[in-house]
Amino acid sequence: MTRQQVLDLYFMDARSKLIDLAAFLDRLDRAEGEADFRLAGFAKAMEELKKDSSNRAKGVLLALSDPTTEPIPAATTKAACGAWPGLKPWSGNVDDKNYEIH
Amino acid sequence: MVSRVTDDYVRMAIAGCQAICEPAFWAGFDRSSSDGFYDYFCQLTEHEPKRAAKFGLPHFSWLCINPKESEDVKLAEEVVAIIPKFLSRANVLGIGEIGLNKNSRNEIRVLEMHIDLAARENQLILVHTPHLEDKLKGTRLILDAIKSDKRIRPERVIIDHVEEHTVQLVLDTGMWAGMTLYPESKCTPARAIDMVEVYGNERIWMNCACDWGVSDPLAVPKTALEMRRRGHSAEVIDKLVFQNPSKFLSQSPRFKLP
Repeated sequence: MTRQQVLDLYFMDARSKLIDLAAFLDRLDRAEGEADFRLAGFAKAMEELKKDSSNRAKGVLLALSDPTTEPIPAATTKAACGAWPGLKPWSGNVDDKNYEIH
Repeated sequence: MVSRVTDDYVRMAIAGCQAICEPAFWAGFDRSSSDGFYDYFCQLTEHEPKRAAKFGLPHFSWLCINPKESEDVKLAEEVVAIIPKFLSRANVLGIGEIGLNKNSRNEIRVLEMHIDLAARENQLILVHTPHLEDKLKGTRLILDAIKSDKRIRPERVIIDHVEEHTVQLVLDTGMWAGMTLYPESKCTPARAIDMVEVYGNERIWMNCACDWGVSDPLAVPKTALEMRRRGHSAEVIDKLVFQNPSKFLSQSPRFKLP
């Protein structure tokens, strides 16, 4: 497909999801209390969107993934939460990129 | 999920579905004994084929104790012991969906039990990879476990639920890659087509999620429609949605379409 065809097919859908993302972040800003590692993962993943590459989807998935390699001792839950709990909670400041591992 | 509602069978038949492959899955709660699995395997190999046949749908199944119930190794050993009794049933294609859920040590032990069973019984393998943040690590651990058993031929294994960060890892091993389609939360039709356009259409297929979360039994035909919108030819679409799955599944002598 040409870029024009991709835009014709997917721009409105992507535009809608982009506004949903912005509204989600606004909603978080209005809410009270502390965020957790999920927001740190989200912020780290959003940086991938700004990169000049054709691997942004992969980059977002990697940013949200558990980077460790050893099996855990035992499963204490069945569910996944979407971000790796080893990330520090994010301050909410867009200039703060301190997502270092605990 | 366990089985599709009747309305789903009707919609799948109308949409042109040629066959159903239902892997053994988690019931939404942990079963309390291997007897519960015995009954479930009877459901998968006796009852569901009859239900699906009413709508002209051949029904095939895969057997295992799902990774979500693999923390209890003793129970898993008991379940793995009863599986051989069912492997000669007419609709059984192999061992699945085995794999990992939270990437724990016990899950890996149970995965290795299933790999050994598949090797001893010369069965195809269908593998579930973990969700979300656990997928990358789990996929690597699973591939290592399978590759370490030299009796397993990679072309007889499909690693399911690949996404952009795991598809190349899987294809590089010579195993098949499955993309499980979801309306939200995981691989969407548009992303699945992206992956085919980037990584090619050899040893790759798509399937509909039948999950406890939001899932759509018509996700594959909807993705075929999306491919037509992008200008893919009928031959390319047919290869992805029908020829490729048929090629992999036909490695089992029990996979025969009317």
